[in-house]
Amino acid sequence: MGAVVPCHSASVFCMCWRVESLSIDNTAEITLRHTPLFSEHQRLKARLAPFGEWEKPIDYGSIIEEHNATRRKAGLFDLSHMGEFIVSGPQALELISVLLTNDPRVLNPGQGQYALMCRDDGTIVDDVIVYKLPGQGPTPYLLVVNAGNMDKDWQWVQQVCAKEGLAGDSTVENRSDQTALIAVQGPLAEEIVATSAEESLANVTPFSIREAAIRGIPCMIARTGYTGEDGFEIFVSAERALDLWTIIHGIGGPSGLRPVGLGARDTLRLEARLPLYGNDIDDTTTPLEAGLGRWVKLDKPRFCGKEAIETQKREGIRRTLVGLKMTDRSVPRAHYPVLSPVGAEIGIVTSGSFSPTLGYGIALAYVPPAYAEVGSAVQVDIRSHPHPALVVKTPFYRRRKATTI
Amino acid sequence: MNPDDLLYASSHEWVRRGDPATIGITHFAQDQLGDVVYVELPVVGAVLSAGEIFGNVESVKTASDLYAPVSGTVVETNTQLVESPELLNTSPYDKGWLIKVKLDNEEDLGNLLDRAAYETNVAH
Repeated sequence: MGAVVPCHSASVFCMCWRVESLSIDNTAEITLRHTPLFSEHQRLKARLAPFGEWEKPIDYGSIIEEHNATRRKAGLFDLSHMGEFIVSGPQALELISVLLTNDPRVLNPGQGQYALMCRDDGTIVDDVIVYKLPGQGPTPYLLVVNAGNMDKDWQWVQQVCAKEGLAGDSTVENRSDQTALIAVQGPLAEEIVATSAEESLANVTPFSIREAAIRGIPCMIARTGYTGEDGFEIFVSAERALDLWTIIHGIGGPSGLRPVGLGARDTLRLEARLPLYGNDIDDTTTPLEAGLGRWVKLDKPRFCGKEAIETQKREGIRRTLVGLKMTDRSVPRAHYPVLSPVGAEIGIVTSGSFSPTLGYGIALAYVPPAYAEVGSAVQVDIRSHPHPALVVKTPFYRRRKATTI
Repeated sequence: MNPDDLLYASSHEWVRRGDPATIGITHFAQDQLGDVVYVELPVVGAVLSAGEIFGNVESVKTASDLYAPVSGTVVETNTQLVESPELLNTSPYDKGWLIKVKLDNEEDLGNLLDRAAYETNVAH
């Protein structure tokens, strides 16, 4: 067999690996960026790999064990590569309303929402979470963007500012280098983070954010995540990131909290059908094609991409993102062709993996609407052999909500 | 880590001499793959040609082809891998063997590496 190296071909954010049949490349001289937790990942003997311009943990031994720990107990993630833009000043709301497909005008201080940032033609620049930061008066907005899109996002924001006659420099600030992000996800997340913060988090509702001090470390705790589990994403200064990680790991470790790398982050988010930018959505796809129409508010007076998305809604989409379940033991991967039952190429897999929770291969794929109905039989071309698959309902996995006694 | 009595291919398969010879993948290979979830093997009777693809290993994160280190005929496959593909991770040199092959030509073995040469290969 050959060496396994990360795939660089499709995009910087492609979460697939390709197999290099030549010898292993130890000569990577390009300087990869490291988060403030890099020394901790080395101490934990993480398997490291390039991820865009970052060197990040893929796993700390076993993707399946880390996946299951997050589903059953809790996982600890270093997401410090993510980008954080602060949008403030009198024009802040006007700017993000134009930038985002969702409606940030409804956000009260301490609330957030998922949104897409689209171009005028409706294609997706990035998917983001926007928070109106807690506090009195006109609080700033925090825009959390994908690491691999940060430069592109920044340029797009500045371009929109210029077009709208807004003062880009005074309105938007890139705080990514100063900000670390640590996530705790899973059924034990609330208990672990509440114990760490020494306060109840019961009223930190999904997508809300609050200021806190965890053993004296100032941070912002948001109830969000990318795993399909309950959980928190904690923003902290880069200088205090290692202290915060160590405190939370120490408190949660005895009850089963374990560090989780990007490998399990990908299988967790795929089971929950959370799109990955660069795979399932990108510069060529639209929110309607990706099934993200819920987060597009066409009743908002205007935003970038509104007319194009309205037109697409009226005329209909030509491809749609569906969930596939392999009915044999094969494993679908990004870029594999999707075939009709008679073998005609009809679409493409954008994300695929063995599902640790379900025990079979699952995928997200673009297919024509005629094949999108749940129960439709299709095939996935795996190394030139067709393998049977069914279109299934997504998310593939939905957590059981806590039951009240 | 790697047994002394095996021969190795630079594509990370090992061969245990014998009639038939046994073929598997190395510790290094399984470690690079991570959790193995599916192994696709040839059927008994299949004819292998050295250097050609004879199967595939799927882990959670990737798929990797298997290259025949020798030419010959498959006489047995490890059926335990159907239910327990993780044996490739936990026991790559023992319970995780892949196939047994009747060699066409013993001299094929001369093209393979000994443990020290393989380990030097892996290190570079």
